[in-house]
Formats: sequence, structure tokens, C-alpha cells
Amino acid sequence: MPTKKIRVLIAKPGLDGHDRGAMVVAQGLRDAGMEVIYLGLRVTPEQIAEAAVQEDVDVVGLSCLSGAHMALFPKTVGLTRERTDKGILFIGGGIIPKKDVPKLQEAGIARTFGPGAPIPEIVTFIKNNTGGE
Amino acid sequence: MPDEKERQPEFKTTVDGTVVRRVYTAGDLAEFPIDNSLPGDYPFTRNIMPAGYRSRLWTMRQYAGFATVEETNRRYKYLYQQGQTGFSVAFHLPTQEGYDSDHPLAAGEVGKCGVAIDSLQDMEELWAGIPLAQVSTSMTINATAPIILAMYIAAAEKQGADRSKLDGTVQNDILKEYIARNTYIFAPGPSMRLTTDLCSFCAKEMPKWNSISISGYHMREAGATAIQEAAFTLANGIAYVQAMIDKGMEVDSFAPRFSFFFAAYTNLLEEVAKFRALRRVWSKIMKERFGAKNPRSMMLRYHVQTDGFTLTEQQPLNNIVRVTIQALASVLGSCQSLHTNSFDEALALPSEEAVQVALRTQQVIAYESGVADTVDPLGGSYYVEELTNKIEQGIKEYIARIDEIGGALEAIKKGYIQREIRRSAYDYQRAVDSGEQVVVGVNKFTSGEESDIKILEIDEAIERKQVERLRKLKHERDNAKVKEVLDGVRRVAESDENVMPVLVDAVKAYATVGEISDVLRGVFGEYKEPSML
Repeated sequence: MPTKKIRVLIAKPGLDGHDRGAMVVAQGLRDAGMEVIYLGLRVTPEQIAEAAVQEDVDVVGLSCLSGAHMALFPKTVGLTRERTDKGILFIGGGIIPKKDVPKLQEAGIARTFGPGAPIPEIVTFIKNNTGGE
Repeated sequence: MPDEKERQPEFKTTVDGTVVRRVYTAGDLAEFPIDNSLPGDYPFTRNIMPAGYRSRLWTMRQYAGFATVEETNRRYKYLYQQGQTGFSVAFHLPTQEGYDSDHPLAAGEVGKCGVAIDSLQDMEELWAGIPLAQVSTSMTINATAPIILAMYIAAAEKQGADRSKLDGTVQNDILKEYIARNTYIFAPGPSMRLTTDLCSFCAKEMPKWNSISISGYHMREAGATAIQEAAFTLANGIAYVQAMIDKGMEVDSFAPRFSFFFAAYTNLLEEVAKFRALRRVWSKIMKERFGAKNPRSMMLRYHVQTDGFTLTEQQPLNNIVRVTIQALASVLGSCQSLHTNSFDEALALPSEEAVQVALRTQQVIAYESGVADTVDPLGGSYYVEELTNKIEQGIKEYIARIDEIGGALEAIKKGYIQREIRRSAYDYQRAVDSGEQVVVGVNKFTSGEESDIKILEIDEAIERKQVERLRKLKHERDNAKVKEVLDGVRRVAESDENVMPVLVDAVKAYATVGEISDVLRGVFGEYKEPSML
């Protein structure tokens, strides 16, 4: 039986349009054999939560470089968990000050990857934390 | 002497760039047309002016804006006292994308990447105590550029200034927003109409104002190579010039006020050659393709910002060195104005200390390095001249391909430019991940130490304060008048008339950015990005 592919949703909540990181990560995860759905720009936490449930994903990757992550990331996790009890793994990326990282972890963002994070590191983290291949 | 073994099989300028040979001689230039032009002479390869920085140094223009108008106003006054010679306004994203601070999509964004401007009231207070008739101001604003320029005019007129005397720039470059940066609101068609309305309004009423800053910076940030950055920017430039001509404007009536904006990476000589090639190619396009007669229409005038993407979160002090090299490339490339990034920007918005180091970097280059004492000091270097020719070739090939597609607008609609940049971004990341591209402190010479530098924090209470301020304004202004001016905006938007005069009326009645944008959304509709993945 073939192993089920890891399904990842990548989205940019808020108004930030810097999508280089999100796109490069999306492409990198796809090349690593994952199924990637890119939800695009200017999406609300509600839209991301809806899509996460509908697409039955294992991972949600959120990217924000505008500094609005504290308002947007925890809200997205909360709204998703209201809709499903599947243990979706949340990861984040962008310009995230160090002092925010523990707060984001508490809110359910398992790990944040800053500028320059190598793709293989992100791939390994996802594989280790979803039990998939 | 036996041949030495080289430390790598091949050297390249950028990851998919030009192969660099061991040494360059006069023979390498033989295949190219000879360009013996002097600074100030067509095709302006060496400089648009004969005396370069010997007559006037570049404008040291630091992009700044955060939180509320009061705080930004304080930062501007501080920079002015420190010797900065021009202002550059960063607007928060809701202002850039046509939402007021109380809009649900603005949640968490208020005052974050720039200053919150909802109405003329905010614009007036932003410039409190700074005489707009006497300064030069650059504003990074695109989709809402006509509204924000209208506010700037209104604020200046309230100070008693004449609009014809105002000096500055609005970015107003919507095409690159569909390629990178993504702060568009409307589809490319109506957006081009707003862009060209602004340009023709300035051509008639604001002779000292740069009505557009055609930008490669954001494409470079999104992953473009040096050649792609240069080529796609000039392709967009061609689209704007053509659109103005199609509007019935004579090329020399507006082209002298067109300006440009580029990035500077750390590969110093490639960047210098890029700027030289850009000047040469643009002047030829203006003369040969568009028949410009006025030499000023052929001069590529531009601002440079050192590249944000090259800043690393790891070992952040190394960024001071990167910024220095990038700033040096900009100056050796003969830019008209320059922003140097702060070393802490991969971590957060810049602190005051970091901003000061960035400005001092420019001052050390200007006053201590000696590179500003002669014009185009690298001109005549076999390598730099060869690279200039190679980059010129690369730019022309891309422009020819875009012409085949039907111009920049079509190339954007088809996703061609976006895909080219995306590929480069991904190639770069793979090169860094594999170690082929060394980034000091990231994939080589890592120290594993956590950075411990003081960073700027934006008070979360600012959003509440700004929303409260907006609520108060909406309560106190003459709302019957607001309704009347918004109807006026709708009527003009539906016609062929220039939108600028009615926008000045609208902002003077304190109609907000969000309200005016909503009226325009009603007329033009909203753009949704095509899926690029």
C-alpha cells in the first residue's frame, strides 16, 4: 500500500503581500513529495480554518512579514480547532521577533521559521511531527 | 609559471548569472559597440550629469514610518536634525490597500509596516511643524496613490504652500504590484487609468513632482536576478510611457518627471554594471522607440535601497557590512538618492540606533571614502565595461520577449514575469540550501549564538487609539458634504475625466482612504490574483 502523502495548506493571513517565502516553501515541500495547497494572499483566519477542514490537511503553514502575526496566527489556530479535532500541525514564518515565539508556541504554532531557514529543515520538522513520509 | 588550480570550477556573478572569467582585457570589449560617452552625454552610461557628486551628493533618504502620525512625525524631525535631506513615507498596509483602520482586514496591521493614514487629519498632523514647501518627500504608495497625493496637496495647501512648488515622488507603480509586493486593489486596466491620471495631472500642475517611481526593488526582493530586475522594470516603464502617449500626451511633456527605484545587492561590481547598463538602455528606448527630443526625458534618474532580502537574522551585526557594500555599489553606480537598511530589519522594524548606523554608513561613504570625488570611477575597468555590455544584452533579450507577448501588461496577465521571478527565487534557495551560494553566518561560519539586540516594538494600544480617532472624525465632520464629494468621485470614475481634482475635493471634506477606495471598488471591481503555483 502506498504511503499517504502529507497534505499542507500554505496561506498568508492579513494584508502583507511579501509572498517569496511562502512560495519558495510551497515549492520546496512539493518537491519533497508533499501535496501543497496555496491559499494565496489577504485571507482571513476564518477562510484559512475553513480551507484547512475542507482540504483535510495535516499541516497549516502561515506566513506574515508585516508584524501582524500575534493578531492573526493564534486566531487561525483557534478557529481551526473549533472546526476539527484532527491534530493539525501549525507552523509559521516571517519576521517574528524572538520574544513572540514562546507565545505563539503556547497558542499552538509548533515552530516558527525565520528568514534564511533551510527548506530541508522545514521538511524534516514536518515529517517528524506528522508521522508521515 | 605553472597554471594555478582555481578554488571552484566556475565563477558566476549571481546564481544563474554571467560566468566570470579569470581576467579581462581590452580584447573582451572588442565584440561590443564602443561607448566613449562622457558623463552627462547620451546615452548617459556614466552619469546623467557631467559633474556627478562633485556638484551635488545623492539625497540620503531613509524610508520611515510606523505607528501613529505623532510618533512618525517625531522620527522625521529627528532624522532631519541628523542631517537627512529628504523624507520617505512608509504607510501601513491598510492605507496602501484602501482600508480604514477600523476595517476587519486591518486587524493587527494598524501602524505596523508604516504610519496609519485614514484621512486628511492624519496627513496634516504627520507634517506638523515641517514646511512642505521646503522639503522633498517620497511616498511609497501605489493602488491608493491618487488619494494619498491628493491628501499631500491638501495638507500642503492648508500650510499655505502652492502645489506647483511641491517637490517629491509618489511610487504610483501599480504594474510591479501584480508581480511582487501585491498591494493592488483593482484590475490592471483601471489601475493603469488611475496611474496615468496622476501622471498627467502632475505634468500640468506639479512641475517639480516625480509622478511615478518605476520600481525593480520589489521584484528583486521577490527573487529576480539583476538582469530580470533591470529588464522587467524597463518593460513596465515602456508600458507606462506608451499608456501616456495613448492618452494623448506628448512624450517630452511627462517623461522628464518619470523616475525609477532599484535594489542594490552585495555583488558589488555586478550592481555597478547594472546601473550603468540601465541608464544606457533606457536612454536608447526613450530616444529610438518613443522619439523623445528633450535629453531629460532620456535620463534614468533613480533611487536605490539596499536589499532587504540579503539581511540575515543570524549574526545581525554582519548586516552593517553588507549594507556598506551595497551602498558603495549604489554610489559607484551613480544613484540620485539612497536608502540604507538597518542591521536589525530581519528581526523587527528598525530601532533608532540601527537607523542611525544606517544613515552614518552613507555619510562615511560620502565624506570619508573618496569614491564620490570623481564621476563613474569604475568606468574603463575591463570587467565592469564587459559586465555593463552583458547586462545590456540580457535586458534587451527580455524586453524583446515581452514585446512578443504583447507588452508588460500582457506578460503580467499571463503570469510570465511572475513565473520567471519565482523560478529565480527557488533556484537561489536551493543554491543556499546546498551550500553553493555562501551566506556568511547562515550556511557557513555559523556560530550558533542567539542574537541579543534591542528591537523596536509597536504598542498594541495604537490600533485602538487610531480606530477611536477615526470614529471621532467621522462623527465631527460634515457628513452631508462627505456624501456629496463621494458621489462626485463616483461620477468622475465612471467617466473619462481625470480623477485627481475630485479626489482633492474629497479629501478636503475629510472623506477617508477606505471610503474613497470603496467608491472606486464599486466602479472598477476588485482584482484577485491568479493561482501561480
